[in-house]
Order: sequence, then C-alpha cells, then structure tokens
Amino acid sequence: MLRGSTLRREWPPEGVTRVPYWVYQDEDVYREEQERIWRGAAWSYLCLEAELPEPQSFVTTFVGDMPVVVTRDPKGALHAWENRCAHRGALVCMQARGKAERFVCIYHNWVYDHEGNLATVAFRRGIAGKGGLPADAKPETQAPKKLRVASLHGLVFGTLSASAPSLEDYIGPDILPRIRRVMRKPVKVLGTYTQILPNNWKLYMDNVKDTYHASLLHLFFTRFRINRLTQKGGVFVSQDGAHHCTYTEMVEDTGDAYEKDGMRSAGSSASQFQLEAPELLQQVDELGDRVSIQILSLFPGFVLHQIRNSLAARQVVPKGVDRTELHWTLFGFADDDDAMQRRRILQANLVGPAGYISMEDGAATGFVQRGVAGSPDRASVIEMGGSAVGSGDSRITETAVRGLWQTWRRYMEI
Amino acid sequence: MSLPSDPQLQFVVEQLHARYAHALDADRLEDWPQFFTENGTYRITTAENEERGLPLPVLYAEGRAMLRDRVASLRHANIYEPQRYRHLVSSILVERTGERSAASRANFLVVRIMQNGESLLFASGRYVDRIELAPEPRYEERVVICDSRAFDTLLAIPL
Repeated sequence: MLRGSTLRREWPPEGVTRVPYWVYQDEDVYREEQERIWRGAAWSYLCLEAELPEPQSFVTTFVGDMPVVVTRDPKGALHAWENRCAHRGALVCMQARGKAERFVCIYHNWVYDHEGNLATVAFRRGIAGKGGLPADAKPETQAPKKLRVASLHGLVFGTLSASAPSLEDYIGPDILPRIRRVMRKPVKVLGTYTQILPNNWKLYMDNVKDTYHASLLHLFFTRFRINRLTQKGGVFVSQDGAHHCTYTEMVEDTGDAYEKDGMRSAGSSASQFQLEAPELLQQVDELGDRVSIQILSLFPGFVLHQIRNSLAARQVVPKGVDRTELHWTLFGFADDDDAMQRRRILQANLVGPAGYISMEDGAATGFVQRGVAGSPDRASVIEMGGSAVGSGDSRITETAVRGLWQTWRRYMEI
Repeated sequence: MSLPSDPQLQFVVEQLHARYAHALDADRLEDWPQFFTENGTYRITTAENEERGLPLPVLYAEGRAMLRDRVASLRHANIYEPQRYRHLVSSILVERTGERSAASRANFLVVRIMQNGESLLFASGRYVDRIELAPEPRYEERVVICDSRAFDTLLAIPL
C-alpha cells in the first residue's frame, strides 16, 4: 500500500509475475511516482555533454514533471537546477538551448548564475529608501532546487537525492561496461525529435525491457532476419533489477523456427518481402564485437540504443497518466567520416516515429493503455522465463520487465 | 522569384503537388514513388533540426527503390492502426531554375483521421522542392520540413 496517499491498492499475490493495470491508470500513483522516483533517489538522464559544448552553454529538460536547466559554467563544470524562480515560481529559462552569461527571470528580473544561485533581486533595497525587501528577507530559502550532477562517458545525469549512491554504483557493474562499449569516444549530435506516446511512461519502459516482443511485433526485424530470438544474444539485468541491456549478434539467421510455428512476423511464401535497396541495413562493425543491436535501459527513463550503426539516447518524460514524451537524440562520433555519417543518416530510417522497427512501439503500448481501461482489477502476465529476475542467454524471457517492477515496487513501497 | 510570373509553370507545379496529395490521401501509396525522378530524394525533417544545421531525418529515401521499399514495408511489415491523411497544400511559390527545372516552396497541413473518427492536426510545415519538368514533372528532391519537433504516436504514411 502507498503511505500518505488516499490510494489503497493491493499487489496481486503472485508477486513479480503480475502487474496490476491500475499502475498505468491512477492519478495518485502518478503523483507518488513524481515524488518517490523522479524527485527521489533515482538518477535521471539530462542530456549529452556534447549538447553543452562550451562554457556558458545551457539546455532545458525535465526530470519527471519538474523542468530543469542544465548548464556548463564559465570554468567548464556542469550544473543542473530546477527551472523555477525563487520569487513567484515562473520558469527562469524559456529557451531550449543556447549560451548565457546569466539567467534572468522575465517576470520580475530576478537573476541566477550558472549554478542556479539567486544572484540579484531587482530593486532589493527599493528606490530612494522606499519599497524593496526587508533587510532580513530570505528569498533564497525558496531558491530553485539543485540536482547532483554526474557525467558518465558523455551522458549527463542528475538527481535531487543527497543520499542516492554514486551514478556508477547506481548503474552497477553488470551494465556499466555496456554503456562504455557504445560511448567510447566523443560524440556529435545528428539531430533530435519527440515522439508522443499515448500511454503511461511505464508501458514504454516495459516495452523497452521486453526482449520477447521485438521480433514478434516488429515484422521488419524478423522478415529481414535482423533480430530473431533464434539468433545468438542475451540479456543482462542489474543486481537490483532496475537496469537492463540486451544484445543480438551479427550472425545471420538461417533457421525457420518462425516459419514452422506460423508466426505472423515470418510471413508466408506468398508475401516474401525483400528490400530493393538493402544498403539501408549495411552495418560496419565499428565497435568491433560483432553485435548488431544493443538496447540498454536505466531506471527510471533512459534508453541507449545501438541498432546497426544508428546510435541514440532516448529520454522518457511522463506527461500525465496516459501520455508520455519520448525525446530522441541521435548521434554519431565526432570523428565520423562522410561514409559513416551517410550510413547513420540512412539507418535513421530504422528508428524514431517513422522507424521501420520502432514505429510500432508507440502503437502497441497505446493499445495496452486503451485495452485495460475497464480492468484496473486485472493484471498482465509476465511469466516468460519463469519468475526470476536476472541475466541469461535467452531472450524468450520477461526477466528484465520483472526487474522493472521489482524496482518500481521498492521505490513505491507497494 | 522570377518576374513577371509564369502562369503555365505555376499551373504545372501546382498540379504536381495536388496529384501527390490526392494519391497519399486516397491510399494510393504504390503511386507515390512515381512522383519522384529515378534518383529523386525524399526527406522529412523538423524546422528545429534544419535551423540548427543538423542532418537527422525523420524519414529519408534516396531514389525510387528506397521509396518502393518504404511502401512495401508499410503494406507488408509495419503494423499501424488504420488511418488516413487529408493534405491541404497552399501558398505555393514557384521559380524557374532552368529550361527543364523549377523550385517550389509550399505550405502544408496534414489532418490525420483515425477509424474511430478522431481527427488530429497531425503535421504542419513546408515543402521545399526541386522539380524536373520534362519529360513530365517529377520531384528531384522533396524536403518536408515539419514545424513541430513532435510526432503523435507514429508517422507511417508519408507526408
């Protein structure tokens, strides 16, 4: 049960193999999540360091519902603070990104430095001895909240929690090397966009962690043998269940397990589907380990993907119980040659809202949000691979999804 | 812009834009690659990426083979809820760039209609086109610059 909430919900007795549908529906749950997870002891992805290339650069982003400014100060250090003026609560920074010597709230001209400190209050002493703040006024007590900031291989994270472990300890030794594997040298941003998902944020995260769905939902994967469950691959789950990483090796699949079992995704001989321009899929093994796909997620809302030569950071921003924004930032390496940049641009077709292999995710998770409307008292069945949470070499498992819920319940004390 | 205006050229280009919009709105996706030259390119991007000089497309095809692949995937591989578009194309500016070529800029609105009747202003933006006029008008390059950086659920049918 949730403390301090009017909510009185019980988790199904089966435990981690059942997820009751009210978790995707209740306003109270959403509010509690903001406090316990997003503003709690979790680390949230903020941006790429490459988006703050110079001293005095800034970007604005979100941690859950909370608007946040991320800055690089004149000496080069990173900071993140709540985008809220100490005075009346207005947004301090209204631009998405840029460079600034200081941050001025437009409402009453209160000024902040790069660390989010309130630097000056307009007419603090009044004019000609009249007006202004009392001498003992302490508007700083309502200053923007400051986040602890940590940068890991060019990925910037923040947390409001003073007691959260270090970012490296939060992620843990099972997943850290898989981040380093991708973020091996300086990156450059290729572009960004937002995909609006008609569903609760957790439906997207359990879709990302669901290694079982990929080749069954995404026909493009299966028909071109890009990712089949018969191909060599595996899944890593962090000790606490919070984070995961799945990978598929480049070896072509020549079997017919999908065809024998009559999977929709395999297609029939009458509808054989081949690319006229297969160069779209041509991968250079730039990371040198013959992995064609790696999908990595960190609790609560970060995804790092390598799909062939497409690389991206995806940030999950909840916007209410049934609406989520997915902020995509696709990148390459700063030393990419023209051929590699062209490859990444072509393979951008695989991902994002128009992605050959990712367009269905928004639709599928939206179908769940709509499908469960009448059944807050029912639960989804998450029993593929048994009831364990852990790493393994089979992807016909929902182990990483169970890890998400184990973690969520720990944060929510439910 | 060339002065005085060239009514015949304007008419030809507007007809091309109109036939393109009607083909997509009538679900004649198989006709879509034919609006491009053999090596014609099609790119959807956002105004934000354009202004920042960032090359990332939302969708990119180079040549009719890639355009046909996109159609084949939409027909046979990708799963999306039944939906239709209604294109409104306006404010069309046309400029002659050569004996057999023209450039065009036009505004568009695309309304997306779902099978339950839900209609959404799905996309607004501009088409920036290079057009080959002979033997018949076709796009050598069509860049679709969406005003918004956000896309609702998915972008399956081309804009």
